[in-house]
Amino acid sequence: MSAHPRVVVTGLGLVTPLGIDVASTWQAVLAGRSGVCALHENWASDINSRIAGAIDADLSNVLDKVAARRMDRSTQFAVIAAKQAVADAKVLTEVDPIRLGVAFGTGIGGLSTVMQQMEILAERGPDRVNPLTVPMIMPNAAAALIELEIGAQAGAHAPVSACATSAEAIAWGTQMIRDGRADVVVVGGTEAVINRLAMAAFAAMRAMSTRNDDPATASRPYDLGRDGFVMSEGAGALVLERLDHAVARNANIYAEIAGFGMTSDAHHIAAPDPEGAGAARAMIAAVTDADASMTDVLHLNAHATSTPLGDIAEAAAVRRAFGAHTDQIAVTAPKSSIGHTLGGAGAIESILTILSIVNKQIPRTINITDFDPKVELDVVRDSHRAITKSEILALNNSFGFGGHNVCVAIRNY
Amino acid sequence: MNADEVMREMAVILDEVAGVAADQVAMDKSFTDDLEVDSLSMVEVVMAAEDKFGVKIPDEEVKNLRTVGDAVNFIVKSA
Repeated sequence: MSAHPRVVVTGLGLVTPLGIDVASTWQAVLAGRSGVCALHENWASDINSRIAGAIDADLSNVLDKVAARRMDRSTQFAVIAAKQAVADAKVLTEVDPIRLGVAFGTGIGGLSTVMQQMEILAERGPDRVNPLTVPMIMPNAAAALIELEIGAQAGAHAPVSACATSAEAIAWGTQMIRDGRADVVVVGGTEAVINRLAMAAFAAMRAMSTRNDDPATASRPYDLGRDGFVMSEGAGALVLERLDHAVARNANIYAEIAGFGMTSDAHHIAAPDPEGAGAARAMIAAVTDADASMTDVLHLNAHATSTPLGDIAEAAAVRRAFGAHTDQIAVTAPKSSIGHTLGGAGAIESILTILSIVNKQIPRTINITDFDPKVELDVVRDSHRAITKSEILALNNSFGFGGHNVCVAIRNY
Repeated sequence: MNADEVMREMAVILDEVAGVAADQVAMDKSFTDDLEVDSLSMVEVVMAAEDKFGVKIPDEEVKNLRTVGDAVNFIVKSA
């Protein structure tokens, strides 16, 4: 076994278009629901992708009113998810604050606040710009506000790697505990950029689905008709804890973060390496870090964003990493239900992976009507699938623009 | 607007910007010591007051506005 201490998950928090807590999101994913709707706002009317996984739930009573007005929407989601996770873990009264850390990121940050303040600047001048603008737009805002909320003093870090951000945060938090810097770390990621600039910018890359007439089926990983990702918003938070610390306080343990792998492609600023070499190395590294064999992996929660190139590249990477064992891995793509939450995705989907392990049920990938034969994977579709084995090792892939590949290996506990 | 009216409006601003309960607001209360309005919130309070009362409160004047009464009197005088 490894020399480093084992790291387990003792708390979960979710804010997604399918529900503003863990239970409702999980039930919706398992039921095969879509969180994607049409954007009816005027600002979206001339953008070629006018669909998104927007959170329309009223969150105004969840956070303190004054605290909330000092946060970008992305940070509000982050703090709400983190509060859920620490409450779930019942950990705040049982950890020394100087041994409590944060690793929480965002792919883009407070872009909506930037846009609001740009408008104020243009219309009313510099002396009307909100004095809280800087702390609202800085990419470490979510990590900092969570740190303040829970009183964490072991260090608060904000990894940024586009859509791999919050998977990387899980890796950073795991490493903080392994290095002995913390006993408990709140990790995760958030995103809230359903705004005119972000939608226009991703649309300009031709990265997003234009299936505007049928929002619920627009995110369709592995389907032949897939035409891009669907923008979504939300946050996921996990409480990571050193195993003996969790056991000593008799905490509920969901699963173990068995390992992680992080690589970079050095291929292209936005396109995935079609060979999937870097992604394959990340998966191999995660399994190796978990002291496991490639053939131990039963389940993969894929990055699969519903782009024509990306889904194929990941499928190639999986086969490159696992060879013939690929056929034994049940794959699912939760972005089919949730859409793509960018910096939130790695954490949200790691939480879904954990729930799959705990509940021994893998949610289906929805919206596959015409399965792409180039995808040589066993994709769970039509209905969710039970896990029959008792020893479960699962992977969650997250890849980001810039060629960031992060794979988290999660084991049942 | 008289001082009472300005005070009532200031209480609304302080509640919204800094979460100060209306019954805490009184002429002799210090923004920082009694009402725990930090320096960034004070900038917000000043901006909101300028918008509300159509006055300009220069930065060098803000230092002199220690209490709610100081602000109310300045606004009444300037409006």
